Amino acid sequence: METLDTEKQHASPSLHMIKRGITVGFPIMLGYLPIAVTYGVLAKQAGMTLTELTLMSIMVFAGASQFMGANMIAVGAGALEIIIATFVLNFRHFVMSLSFMNRLRGISLNWKAPLSLGLTDETFAVSALHTKEAKMEKGPLFYTSLFLTAYISWVLGSLLGGVLGDVIPEQLSQSMGIALYAMFIGLLVPSVKKELRVGLIALIAMLVNVICVQFMSTGWAIVIGTVVGGFSGIFLLKGEEQ
Amino acid sequence: MILLIILGMSLVTMIPRILPAFIVDKLQFRDWVNRWLNAIPYAALGALIFPGILSVKEDAPHIGLIGGLVAIGLAYIGLNVILVVIGAIVTVFLLTAVI
Repeated sequence: METLDTEKQHASPSLHMIKRGITVGFPIMLGYLPIAVTYGVLAKQAGMTLTELTLMSIMVFAGASQFMGANMIAVGAGALEIIIATFVLNFRHFVMSLSFMNRLRGISLNWKAPLSLGLTDETFAVSALHTKEAKMEKGPLFYTSLFLTAYISWVLGSLLGGVLGDVIPEQLSQSMGIALYAMFIGLLVPSVKKELRVGLIALIAMLVNVICVQFMSTGWAIVIGTVVGGFSGIFLLKGEEQ
Repeated sequence: MILLIILGMSLVTMIPRILPAFIVDKLQFRDWVNRWLNAIPYAALGALIFPGILSVKEDAPHIGLIGGLVAIGLAYIGLNVILVVIGAIVTVFLLTAVI
């Protein structure tokens, strides 16, 4: 982030933003590829064709719900049941999108609308902690290339899993399961170091999530944890950020 | 039938994602709403990390926990996110190899 100001003066701001987006999105790629391959394998075993499982990645682009969808298809669950479960699981993106879109106020709807469709837990987490770009020249290109890096990794990984089958040794794929959590931690810790109150917001959200998950589905628990944790920010964050 | 499921899943995922783009375009928020929305990323990170991280390896919550602690340590000393991720993967790999 310190290099931002010096690099800004480079000749082509567009190219610079695209490159930066890919660099910043790279950890997501690392996390997505093994998970996408695993999804591809699982969906194939669930009886989906290669076209269907890839199409699901293209059209849904939401990891957890795709795993759930493939599982439910495998056990012969009804369409409506699967769709409602997906809605519940993915509703958290509404809250995340509201937060992210509020940051992108200066950017036109022509950029915001397609960008919103690329919002996942991971693309949100990374881009929400890179808010400076929203106000920079060609900023939308930064987010677009970041989101596309994640999207392409997800779609290609799924396809690969469907084609190759069980290629990743179980022990390795299991170890890769920590990747996205580690990325979330790697994003959160520097913010907490800068502003301890931010860590308190995250802790409150964790706690609320832990309590809620005893009574309801993971999807709603994350939504409520995020919303309530965010409310603590009303008192903990000062209005200095524009 | 599967195509119908995919289409339905796609719609119920896309609509909540895209609605805020239009809402934000039409509405100005009060200061406290902005503060709430600015806190959402941190709250979301918290809710996404825990307790989910405990299920990295089924029936062995300590594996995810240790991997997470290593990630915290690596991030705390200022390593790049990608190195934090790799460090955590290696930790979990070694832990599952030993046990």
